[in-house]
Amino acid sequence: MSTSAKNVTRLGVIAAIAAISSTVIPAAFSQQSAPVVRIDGSSTVYPVTEVAAEQFQKQQGGKIRVTVGISGTGGGFKKFCRGETDISNASRPILAKEMEECKKNNIQYIELPVAYDALTVVVNPQNTWTKSLTVAELKKVWEPDSKINNWNQIRSEFPNLPLKLFGAGADSGTFDYFTEAIVGKAKASRKDYTASEDDNVLVQGVSRERGALGYFGYAYYAENKNKLKAVAIDNGRGPVMPSEKTVLDGTYQPLSRPIFIYVNANSAKRPEVRQFVSYYLSNGPAIVKKSKYVPLPSSAYKAILARFNKNQVGTAFGGKEAIGLKLDDLLKRSIQ
Amino acid sequence: MVRNPKLIAVLHNPIAIAESIQQRKRWEQFFILLGWFSLLVALLTLVVLVADLLIRGWPLLNLKFLLSPPSSDPEEAGILTAWVGSLLVILVTIVVAVPLGIGAGIYLEEYAPKNWLLDFIEINITNLAGVPSIIYGLLALGFFVYILKWGESILTAGCTLALLILPVVIVTTRESLRAIPVGIREGAYSVGASRWQTIFDHVLPYSMGGILTGIIVGISRAIGETAPLITIGALTFITFLPEAPIKGEFPYISFNWLWSPFTVLPIQMFNWVSRPQEAFQINSAAAGVVLLVLTLLVNSTAIYLRYRFRKSIKF
Repeated sequence: MSTSAKNVTRLGVIAAIAAISSTVIPAAFSQQSAPVVRIDGSSTVYPVTEVAAEQFQKQQGGKIRVTVGISGTGGGFKKFCRGETDISNASRPILAKEMEECKKNNIQYIELPVAYDALTVVVNPQNTWTKSLTVAELKKVWEPDSKINNWNQIRSEFPNLPLKLFGAGADSGTFDYFTEAIVGKAKASRKDYTASEDDNVLVQGVSRERGALGYFGYAYYAENKNKLKAVAIDNGRGPVMPSEKTVLDGTYQPLSRPIFIYVNANSAKRPEVRQFVSYYLSNGPAIVKKSKYVPLPSSAYKAILARFNKNQVGTAFGGKEAIGLKLDDLLKRSIQ
Repeated sequence: MVRNPKLIAVLHNPIAIAESIQQRKRWEQFFILLGWFSLLVALLTLVVLVADLLIRGWPLLNLKFLLSPPSSDPEEAGILTAWVGSLLVILVTIVVAVPLGIGAGIYLEEYAPKNWLLDFIEINITNLAGVPSIIYGLLALGFFVYILKWGESILTAGCTLALLILPVVIVTTRESLRAIPVGIREGAYSVGASRWQTIFDHVLPYSMGGILTGIIVGISRAIGETAPLITIGALTFITFLPEAPIKGEFPYISFNWLWSPFTVLPIQMFNWVSRPQEAFQINSAAAGVVLLVLTLLVNSTAIYLRYRFRKSIKF
C-alpha cells in the first residue's frame, strides 16, 4: 500500500513542478535563432507556396525558415491584418471588409498574382453525351432552388438519367468563385448536392456515378484524368476545354481565376521576406508547374516582381471578386 | 410470497420447472451470442481499419519517413516535425490536465459541500465532455492567443487540448473515488487518520486504476485532434524542430520549445488526404500508423502504472 501512495506523491510532485514551471516561463525567451517568414491562408494556394518555401529553404541551406499554415483565405487575412503573418495566401482578391480591417491596424500590403487556377466542370467517363455546357445551362443547374434533377432537363437531347451533383463546400474560395462566375452572385447556389471541402471526395463521387456532374480546381482533374471527363465551357464564343493554353490566352472563361499572395509592406522591408518573395516570383513558372497550377508567362512574373520591388501597395480589385479576368487585364489594372 | 396462481402451478410441476429453466438458459445463450457478435463487429472494424492503414502505408514506413520534414514531393515528404510536434503538445497536455483534473475531481467528490452549486457544476462538467472540440479551439484562440498573448505555440496547443480532456479526467476521477468501499474510509478514520490522510494514503491509491483509464481515454482523444489546433494556428509546412529542452551551457534546461511554432500528425495527415496526387494518400496512411504507435507509446506509461496500482490493491 505504502509503495503506491509514494508513487502518487512522486507523480504529483513531478507534475506540479512541470505544470508551474511551464506556465510561468515568460514569453521573453521566445526568440528564434534563424529569421522566420510566416505565411498562412488559402489551402488552394498552399501547394504553390509550399513548393516555393521548400526550394527556397534548400537554396538558403536552412539560414532562413519559412512556415506555411492553411487557415483559409478569410482566416489567413484575419491574421494578416493583425500583423501576425508576413505573407497571406489568397485564392481571391482581398475583400472590402478585410481592407478595412488592415487599414485599422495600419497594415499595408503588396498584392502579387502568382498563378492561374481553372475551375473544371467534370462528368463521369461513361457520360458520352456531354461534350460541352453553356454558362446559361450551368446557371440553370446550380442556381438557388433549381428544380433540374435529370439530364434531359438540361438539354432535351440528353438521356433520361437522374442528375447527381457534386460541388465545393460553402466555406471554400472555390465555392465563392464558382457561384459568382456562373450564378452571378457569390454564395448563391442550390443546396441539394453533395458538398465537400475535400476535393478528393468529389473526385471519388463523380467517378462512381454515371449521372454525376461536379466542379473543382484543375489540379484535381489533372491528377485523375483516367477517372473523370472534363466538360468544355461555352460562354457564347464556342466550347473551350480547360488547359494551360486556354487559361493563358483568356478563352477559358469565366472559370479561370488568378490566385495571389499578399505581402505585408512592413515585413517586405526585412531581407528574409524580400529574398523569399523574389525567389518565389523569379522561379514562378517552375514552382507553379510543380504544384499543377497554370503559371503566368515569364514576362508577367517580371512585371509582378517589378511591382514588388517598387513596393506598390494596395489592391487592383477594389474589394470585389474578379470574374473573367484575362491575364492582360490582371497586369494592366492600376493599383489604387 | 408468490401470489400468481400460474407461477404456483409451475412450481408444483417438475416438468414445467425444467422447461422454464431450459427457456431461461436459451435466453442466456442468446445474449452471450449477441455479446460475441457486438464484440466481433467492433473488433473487425478496428482490425480492418488498422490493416488497411498498414498495408497502404507499409512501403513508406522507414527511418527516412520518420526523419524527413514535409515536402511537396510525396517520396521526399516525411513526418519529423509532425510527430515531434504531436509528442511535445501531448506532454504539455498531460502535465497541465492530469494534476488539475485529479485535483478538481478530489475536491468535488471529497470536500465540496453537497448543495445546488455542486449539482450545477457537475452538470456543466458532464456537458463540457460532449462539447465539440472546435469550441475549445475558439475559446483558446480568444484566451491563450489574444489575451495571454502566448501566440501560436506548443504551450497554447497543449493547454487547449488540456482544457478539452479536463472534463473526462475530472469525471472519471470522481467515479473512481466514489467506487471505493465505505469500509476503507471508515477503517482509516477509526484509527485516527485525517480526511486528507484517508484520501491520499487509501482512497486515491485504490482508485488510481480507474483514474488512469480516464487519463488514457483523454490522451487518446487529444492526440488525434485537428480542428482546435488549426483554429489556434497550427502550421502545415514547417521544416524545423523546436529548440532542444537540454542545453550544453548553464542553466542546461531550456523551455524555449514551449513557444515554438509547430504542426501535429493529424494535421499533416489531413493535408495529405486532401491533396490531388494519389501518392500522398500513402503518406497519409503511413502517418496514420505512426500516430497509432505514438498513441500507444504515450499511453503505455499510464497503462503500466495502472497495472502496478491494480496489482497492489488487495481488498
